[in-house]
Amino acid sequence: MAITVYFFGSLVDITGQSKKELNILSDTDSLNMLLQKEYPALVSTKYFIAVNQQMIKVNRELNNGDIVALMPPFSGG
Amino acid sequence: MADRDRYQRQMILPAFGLATQEKLLAAKVLIVGMGGLGCPVLQYLVGAGLGHIGIMDADKISLSNLHRQLLFTESEIGLLKVEQAAAKMRLLNSDVTIESYPFHIDQSNALRIISKYDLVIDATDNFPAKYLINDACLVLQKPYVFGAVSRYEGQVSVFNLAKEERSINYRDLFPEAPKTGEVPSCAEAGVIGVLPGIIGAMQAAEAIKIITGIGTPLYGRLYHYNLLQGQGFEIEIAATENRIKMNEKIFLEHIYEENEEEIDIPEISILEFNRMRALPEVFVLDVRERHEYPPIDFSDAQIPMSELQVKMHEIPDKEICIICHQGIRSVYAAQQIRKKRNLKVYSVKGGLTAYFK
Repeated sequence: MAITVYFFGSLVDITGQSKKELNILSDTDSLNMLLQKEYPALVSTKYFIAVNQQMIKVNRELNNGDIVALMPPFSGG
Repeated sequence: MADRDRYQRQMILPAFGLATQEKLLAAKVLIVGMGGLGCPVLQYLVGAGLGHIGIMDADKISLSNLHRQLLFTESEIGLLKVEQAAAKMRLLNSDVTIESYPFHIDQSNALRIISKYDLVIDATDNFPAKYLINDACLVLQKPYVFGAVSRYEGQVSVFNLAKEERSINYRDLFPEAPKTGEVPSCAEAGVIGVLPGIIGAMQAAEAIKIITGIGTPLYGRLYHYNLLQGQGFEIEIAATENRIKMNEKIFLEHIYEENEEEIDIPEISILEFNRMRALPEVFVLDVRERHEYPPIDFSDAQIPMSELQVKMHEIPDKEICIICHQGIRSVYAAQQIRKKRNLKVYSVKGGLTAYFK
């Protein structure tokens, strides 16, 4: 029973990995809180969350096998 | 119709043909930024026979540009990018008319210049410009092709393609611009030269698709490319509910670039906050976006950060305690309020995260 979290851009520097497997959590809020507790620098970093490649804007239930992505903005050109 | 031999290889493509080629020759595209992204965008659009192209950039060519801006050469260091780019592209394809704007995009010129074009390509390298282009395109109902790079990764999307109020744009991804320094630029973070070449070429491809109607544009989807892994990742973008409709007035009044000295904002602890919020002269303002959670019952009003500039007058003449998720935006919101209103403003340190601990 697991979900996979993908980190992109500067979030990889913060978490030290581009992918993390986690035991299933109830929803995206609790996942986000857990990650922010483990990696406090996430708190002051801008990113949005997607579940199964769909951006979410409110809390969402997580199920076994879900793929969560944390995507920050890029500005380079 | 220009010399057909030039476009023969693309005109023989299925679903392309003469009529499609003529759409390209009649189109008008503005490329904002003539750097790592702008150079390949321009080169491919000129090659494809895109009839009218505007290029906008105030910068001059420097040695550190040349690892990724392959349009320029060592002998051109110190010269204006748009002038050199325009001169070279006229040699590549005399069918194409190129207009150069040797200055940066800003609130005073954006609407006037963008209104002359069918489509905008964002090839800029900073957030203030990206948000400014986004908002100007919303005001004028112009589609635009977004591109951005960082180190070994890039993002591409098409915004504002549907001419409707909920047309998806960059503010659906990130409602407000990160503060200066919050996200590192290429100069700080670095970028591999070939990456903007890939992302810029994708932006040119999206522009061609939108203009000609072939294929499916990346509208409503953010495409992320990781060069090191050789992997793409696509995310379907969710439109923001109840967002304010961008118009010329909001656009012109918005502050895109913070030049002023930062105003020092007093931060209060949760203990202090709980004492203050009981006082009648204190007004608690929640500046989180509407989709953020959890809802709280102890604020006197919620004005999302993205609406603060236009709703400044709704803030009463009281002492204002501002709260947000983490206590970062609340400092920024307090600074915005202090610039416009002579009020005592406090930021709740640690925000709701600290409050609910």
